[in-house]
Amino acid sequence: MARIIVVTSGKGGVGKTTTSAAIAMGLAKKGHKTAVIDFDVGLRNLDLIMGCERRVVYDFVNVINGEATLNQALIRDKNCNLLYILPASQTRDKDALSQEGVGKILEELKKDFKYIVCDSPAGIEKGAHLAMYFADDAFIVTNPEVSSVRDSDRMLGILSSKSRRAEQNEEPIKEYLLLSRYSPDRVKLGEMLSLEDVQDILSLHLLGVIPESKSVLNASNSGMPVILDEKSDAGQAYADIVDRYLGEERPHRFIDEDKGFFRKLFGGK
Amino acid sequence: MSTNSKKTPNTSLALEFKSSNFSVPVLALSSDDLITIEQQLQEKASVAPDFFKNLPVVIDLQASNKLECNIDIETLTAVIKKVGLLPIGIRGGNAQQNKQALNLLIPVYSVNHGVTTEEPQKQQTPAPTPETETRDTSTMLITQPIRSGQRIYATGDLIITAQVSSGAEIMAEGNIHVYNTLRGRASAGIQGNKDARIFCFDLQAELISIAGIYKVSEDIGASVRNKPVQIYLQNQALIIQDLLQHH
Repeated sequence: MARIIVVTSGKGGVGKTTTSAAIAMGLAKKGHKTAVIDFDVGLRNLDLIMGCERRVVYDFVNVINGEATLNQALIRDKNCNLLYILPASQTRDKDALSQEGVGKILEELKKDFKYIVCDSPAGIEKGAHLAMYFADDAFIVTNPEVSSVRDSDRMLGILSSKSRRAEQNEEPIKEYLLLSRYSPDRVKLGEMLSLEDVQDILSLHLLGVIPESKSVLNASNSGMPVILDEKSDAGQAYADIVDRYLGEERPHRFIDEDKGFFRKLFGGK
Repeated sequence: MSTNSKKTPNTSLALEFKSSNFSVPVLALSSDDLITIEQQLQEKASVAPDFFKNLPVVIDLQASNKLECNIDIETLTAVIKKVGLLPIGIRGGNAQQNKQALNLLIPVYSVNHGVTTEEPQKQQTPAPTPETETRDTSTMLITQPIRSGQRIYATGDLIITAQVSSGAEIMAEGNIHVYNTLRGRASAGIQGNKDARIFCFDLQAELISIAGIYKVSEDIGASVRNKPVQIYLQNQALIIQDLLQHH
C-alpha cells in the first residue's frame, strides 16, 4: 500500500524542502519507488535542491490542467533511478491547485509508487492545506524556537481536524516530529529551546533531531540532497530518520553536546 | 433501530436509508417578545460566533405556549436565521404553528423526539419518562491534544485528558476538567453559570474565565502557576486554589 507523507511546519524557512528532498532520496535509496511533489506553486525550490532545475519541462499545474500527462511531468532523479520529482510551476499561483485535481494525481501516483512525499509550502493557506489533505503520515519540521513550535502546533491542529482522514472519520494521520537546526551548544547557553522543551509543548513522536550544519547549505547550493553527503552530521541524521520511519531501531544522536576530547581541546567546530 | 442492510454484491444501490442519531441543540422559548429573543440570541451568539454560525436548532414552543404566547413561526424563524442559526424543526407547537412550520418546510417533531404525524394532541397520552428527555447537557470527552487555533465548545461539562496548547480555546457551559497541561484559554460557565469550575493538572493558561469573569496570564500568581488547581467564583472574584495545598 502506497503511503503519502506530508512534510509541513506552518512556519517558513525551517527546512521543509531540505527535509523533503533528503527523506525522498533516503526512501528511494532503500529500494522504495518514491515520488516527491513540490506544492509550493509560485515559489518552486525543490527542483533546485534536487538539482534537476534544468530538466523541468512540465509541472504539477500542467498535469492538473490536463496539459501534460503525469509521466511527461515526472523527472527521474540523476542519482537514484527509483526517485521521481514533480516540480511546482513558477508562473502560476496556488489557486491553480484544486482538491479534486490533487486527489486525482495522488491516486494515480499511488498505483505506481511506494512513497509519495509532499513538500508543503509555508503558511496554512491553500497550498499547505492541499499538501496535507490526503496525507497518511505527517513529518512536522520544527526549529527549536518558540514561534516555530507554536506554528507547528497550529499545523497539528489543522491535520487533526481538516485532513481527509479527519473529515471521513478514518484513523488519524500519523504525526512525527523532526527537530531541525538543533545546536546543543546554543541550547546550553539558553539561546534555543531544548528538545525537552519542544516535546513538552508538542508531545509528538520524535523521529529525529537534525543538527545545525554547514553541510545543509552546501548541499542545497550544489543541488544534492544532504542525505547523499554521508560524512555530514545532517546527512547521517536524515539517514537515521528514514531508517526509523521504516521501523528500524536507531539510537537518537545529535541531542547532547559533543564532549569529544579533541574537539574540547582544540575548540574546533 | 438500524436499517443498515447488507448489500448483495450484484446490486449497486445508489442510495441507502440509514438510521443515525444527532445531538441537536433545542432552543426553548418562554416569551413571545421577539425583540428580546433576538437580543438574547445575539448576546449568546457573540460569545462563541464560530459555534453558533449555521448551528442547527430545534425550536421548542412548549413553555411559551403554556404561557399562552402565540409566537408567529414565520417571524420567529426569520429572527433565528438573522442571528445565523438554522432552524431544522419545531416541537410543542399548536396546530397553527405546526402548519406554519410545514409551510416553511420545517419538520415538526413530537415532544418525545421523532417526527410527528400532524397530531400534536397525542403528545400527552403516553406519560413521557422524564429521563429520556435528552437535554443537551451531556459531558464531552476529548482524549486528543487541543492544538493552537482549535476551538472546542461543550454544551455541558468538558473533560480533556490531553494537553491544551497555547493558542487553543476551550469553552463549556458547565465545568472544565483538563487532566494535563492547560496552556490555552479556558472559559467555563460560558452562558452565565457562576457555579461552574475549572480544574487542571498544570496551570499555564493564557486566560481563564468563569461566567465571563476572567484573568489573563499576567494576573495569575506565581504561587499557582504550573500547579494542579481548581478555579471557581466567590463574590464575583476568581479564586485559584492549589489542589495539593494542605488546609
